[in-house]
Amino acid sequence: MPSFFENIAELLQRYGMTYLSGAGTTLLISLVGTFFGCVIGFLVGIVQTIPVDKKRDSKFKRVILAVVRAILRAYVEIFRGTPMIVQAVFIYYGARIVFGINMGMWTAAFFIVSINTGAYMAETVRGGIMSIDVGQTEGAKAIGMNHLQTMLYVVLPQTFRVIIPQIGNNYIINIKDTSVLSVISITDLFFAHKSAAGALYTYFESATIVMVIYLTMTLVTSFLLRMLEKKMGGSDHYDLATKDTLALTSGTYNFPDKKKSEVDHK
Amino acid sequence: MSEPILQINHLSKSFGAHEVLKDIDFHVCNGDVTTIIGASGSGKSTLLRCINLLEEPTSGEILYNGSDITAKSVDPASYRAKVGMVFQSFNLFNNMSVLKNCMIGQTKVLKRSKEEAEANAMKFLKHVGMDPYIHAKPAQLSGGMKQRVAIARALAMDPEILLFDEPTSALDPQMVGEVLAVMRDLAKSGMTMLIVTHEMAFARDVSSRVVFMKDGVICEDGAPEQIFGNPKEEATKEFLARFMNN
Ligand SMILES: Nc1ncnc2c1ncn2[C@@H]1O[C@H](COP(=O)(O)OP(=O)(O)OP(=O)(O)O)[C@@H](O)[C@H]1O
Ligand SMILES: [Mg+2]
Repeated sequence: MPSFFENIAELLQRYGMTYLSGAGTTLLISLVGTFFGCVIGFLVGIVQTIPVDKKRDSKFKRVILAVVRAILRAYVEIFRGTPMIVQAVFIYYGARIVFGINMGMWTAAFFIVSINTGAYMAETVRGGIMSIDVGQTEGAKAIGMNHLQTMLYVVLPQTFRVIIPQIGNNYIINIKDTSVLSVISITDLFFAHKSAAGALYTYFESATIVMVIYLTMTLVTSFLLRMLEKKMGGSDHYDLATKDTLALTSGTYNFPDKKKSEVDHK
Repeated sequence: MSEPILQINHLSKSFGAHEVLKDIDFHVCNGDVTTIIGASGSGKSTLLRCINLLEEPTSGEILYNGSDITAKSVDPASYRAKVGMVFQSFNLFNNMSVLKNCMIGQTKVLKRSKEEAEANAMKFLKHVGMDPYIHAKPAQLSGGMKQRVAIARALAMDPEILLFDEPTSALDPQMVGEVLAVMRDLAKSGMTMLIVTHEMAFARDVSSRVVFMKDGVICEDGAPEQIFGNPKEEATKEFLARFMNN
């Protein structure tokens, strides 16, 4: 066992920077990929849930919508249904050979992770939108909001809140799954492990280091997301607005017999 | 008599093969307080939802100030901005404070300035006694409070007519009174109201007219004294008798 710690020390000493920059690459790609994945997911989810008014919408609009939806549906199924490692090779080399475009491995990496995450997020967002009580939509319609306003001010903010755990989930999956991008020569954390371990023949020790780094990244992410979720939930009490400023100095009020948990009584 | 604000002609609505509204003719004049009563499933909510275009009528016309709002060319959103609706389940926006709930329609739909919207919202929140709670979120309020906010939200849009669909049915008995009190006030102020309710005493006191629905048709329709005191139709008598017994 002493050699275990010695080996770790040596690995850290010689390859510390390699691990760190690998971890940085991993974080960057996952972050960018998750962000654009969410953007794609929201756009696709929104298009998939546009209501069709058979009476008022023109035939042209309905046909266009149906076609766009079919394409988006295919996109979601294709990217959810194939491994990212294959998608990476397919897109990176496909772009070069078929279209003569050299994407560069960074662009390719961002693109692949974004588009892959987008496919998952699209379904998450669609499910999130459908999970919002129809009463919210009807309340918005009843004061004259159109579909876009209803989505923008009422449905999507609530959807976002609901799917934060899923966004976090995707981000964590991305942190782990970017390891497959070494097939297009991305030098992420896993690639760092392969080079370090291969050079010193200390696979177990290097894997230990890398496990710890991955776990640290995912745990910190989970923690930050919890905080965000809590913050979005708003405060669990409210200030009573009163003209009597003296009353306010005595602190904040909880409405005496109603707690957040008992929301609706039917 | 004044020109009707709402005139419904031969309105029918089917869900699949189920005909829920059958050839309804009906009108509401400015300043009227009309209550709709009837057994569960008789189509009261569906009628109200058709009037607000939350349901698409199967046939017939709904004339609002003389023009048919079921026409293809009418934008439902801009029509609904003029017609307020209060739901049984409140339907306040969960992601907004009480104040924001009463402002969002004014700023986004009516394009009022923030200051104007806020002043107007405060006016109506005061009206319903909810001005101390402007910072609260809907989930932090009792049912009666939520419904009073929902009424303020509808009023803040300066609607020409207000529709109520069983506004007190989801409330604990001790909260029914506070909401009915607000509605009584509104009725006195001359607001045009169309109210679906199971509160018979309220219907008798505040309405200028009572409509009794049964199985998708308007069975009887008259002044509250007549409907409650001397109903002509057998079905009305039966319904009221059954209702008074529970
Ligand atoms: N979206 C729908 N799809 C199918 N059937 C519906 C739908 N909405 C209502 N119905 C049916 O229409 C009938 C009338 O319903 P409605 O809600 O209008 O009754 P109501 O008079 O408001 O009853 P309640 O007093 O219980 O609220 C019921 O039989 C109901 O099952
Ligand atoms: Mg009903």
